[in-house]
Amino acid sequence: MLIIKLAIKNLLGAGLRTWLNVIALSFSYVAIIFMQGLYAGMNNQMEASTIKVQYGGGQYWHELYDPYDPLSLDDSHAKIPNEISGLIKNNDAASILINQGSIYPNGRMQNILIKGIDPNQKILAIPTHFLNNQNGFIPALIGGRMAKSSGLKKGDFVTIRWRDAKGTFDADEVKVVEVINTEVSEIDNGQIWIPLDKMREMTVMPGEATLIVLKQNSQFTKNLSGWEFKNLDFLLADLRSLATTKSAGASIFYFVLLFLAMLAIFDTQILSIFRRRKEMGTLMALGMTRSTLIKLFTLEGSMHAVLAAFAAMLYGGPLVWYLAKVGYGLPASTDSFGFALGDRIYPEFTALLIIGTILLVLTVTSIVSYLPTRRITKLKPTDALRGKFI
Amino acid sequence: MSNSFLIRTEKLYKKYPMGPTVLVALDNINITINKGEFVGLVGPSGSGKTTLLNIIGSLDSPTEGSAEVLGNKIETLSHQDAAKLRNNHIGFIFQTFNLLPVYTVYENVEFPLLLQDIPPAKRIELVMQALEWVGLADRKDSKPSQLSGGQSQRVAIARAVVKKPELILADEPTANLDAKNSHNIMETMVKLNEELDTTFIFATHDEKVMKYLKRKITLNDGYVQRDENISLNNQ
Repeated sequence: MLIIKLAIKNLLGAGLRTWLNVIALSFSYVAIIFMQGLYAGMNNQMEASTIKVQYGGGQYWHELYDPYDPLSLDDSHAKIPNEISGLIKNNDAASILINQGSIYPNGRMQNILIKGIDPNQKILAIPTHFLNNQNGFIPALIGGRMAKSSGLKKGDFVTIRWRDAKGTFDADEVKVVEVINTEVSEIDNGQIWIPLDKMREMTVMPGEATLIVLKQNSQFTKNLSGWEFKNLDFLLADLRSLATTKSAGASIFYFVLLFLAMLAIFDTQILSIFRRRKEMGTLMALGMTRSTLIKLFTLEGSMHAVLAAFAAMLYGGPLVWYLAKVGYGLPASTDSFGFALGDRIYPEFTALLIIGTILLVLTVTSIVSYLPTRRITKLKPTDALRGKFI
Repeated sequence: MSNSFLIRTEKLYKKYPMGPTVLVALDNINITINKGEFVGLVGPSGSGKTTLLNIIGSLDSPTEGSAEVLGNKIETLSHQDAAKLRNNHIGFIFQTFNLLPVYTVYENVEFPLLLQDIPPAKRIELVMQALEWVGLADRKDSKPSQLSGGQSQRVAIARAVVKKPELILADEPTANLDAKNSHNIMETMVKLNEELDTTFIFATHDEKVMKYLKRKITLNDGYVQRDENISLNNQ
């Protein structure tokens, strides 16, 4: 208790030197918490968006379906198993049939994926009800990115070509009934959504699907012959590893900041030991042991982190609260990040993040504070009183 | 004053290696100091006064020989035990006062009591008593930077006596003070010596201090040249 009181007293007595270190260190707190909160928010946000519009509560894939191999699409379709058709009828699952195709917007050819989906499905948050509009044409939904790359807009007709189950090429015109704005590029880039029944008719694949999306929180995990169940951990694995990579990259920024703050603390400690060697001699003459002296000086250094935590709370608290509430606006170019992001990210600042950051900074500061004070173990009281350096 | 033995050195040497040669700072010192004495270690610069004072104060240890202080053999004390001895039984007064700059007068004087873990109420009583002894009770909230040299040294004396140690060691306590302040400081220490029966040992070559000493040990080149008791009549 004594050394805590002494450390506080000495620290406050050091005036501007202390406060400069405290301010520098508080920037590290705010930067780490802000960056980590931002990435946590971004990660959760993109997972939630992707689940909502793409993965649902898990998917059954046809055993030959490989999303990274378009050539697998010719064979990766089959009749929907009886065990799951009940779920589809009850709107607890939605089936999707995927095929390769080409469109010819403005006289040029573009390879696409044609995806058939039930216009009345409620499993994925895609406005498929627009596909109910079938007044003598094949209605098609495209995403904003697809619209941009193809030059198509709502109301446009475009020629579409595909190959049916028997390998025969066929072509027709589809009408873009809506351009949907989605954060998830995987349901947008290079694809066109059309009604499932029409798709089955076009491809001569009645009652068939490539994948079946379950409702969120569905408990259905039965083994279906010819189909493989992919849970969310599997489906989100790539996304999560991408988020981890991005987060690790960002951490370089705050490690540099933390390193600079630690350099300041280390420097302060060295300077403090150098300037206060006579004081150390006096303290030893008054009966303080070397180990208590080391504890005192280490504590003084470490308390920079405690004061910095309070300082960070003063200005960083309102800042992170505000950002968590209104979100952090992203520039349009963030689409090129390659994962689902909205216009704004809402950072998530959990108690674990805040406490963990405080403990991290406190631990690092304590170590950095301790390193120079180890020299005190070699200090002779007589040398210290004479102002001789160790 | 009782005559009980407080400090005894026997064949005490302190040597410092200086390249190929050895500097003998203390050369076969054999002295005994009893409780309640008011002793001066005098001699020119480099005669070994401060070195002897440091060894008696357990801040340093002898190279050879023995120094027994308050029943403790200095040469065998661990760092912890030496700190304990200083904390509980020895007060120090330094030439440059060595007050802790961020603390007030009160806190500086209180410091040794904090190390002894004395309860707050008792601490207040002892600190105020010590400040009254040195006549600085009204400056208790001042910082060292706001005090004159004489006042700073009186704070240092209060800090040394506050724990009522058996022994106070003062290294050139008046060297940085003018004649008037030196006189006041010495008067204060004589008063404390008489009232508290505290043993005082000074390292000094200040002529102003000499007339207050009751015993003068003259050192020269590290050895005891003369050890004389000075009766009040001679002063």
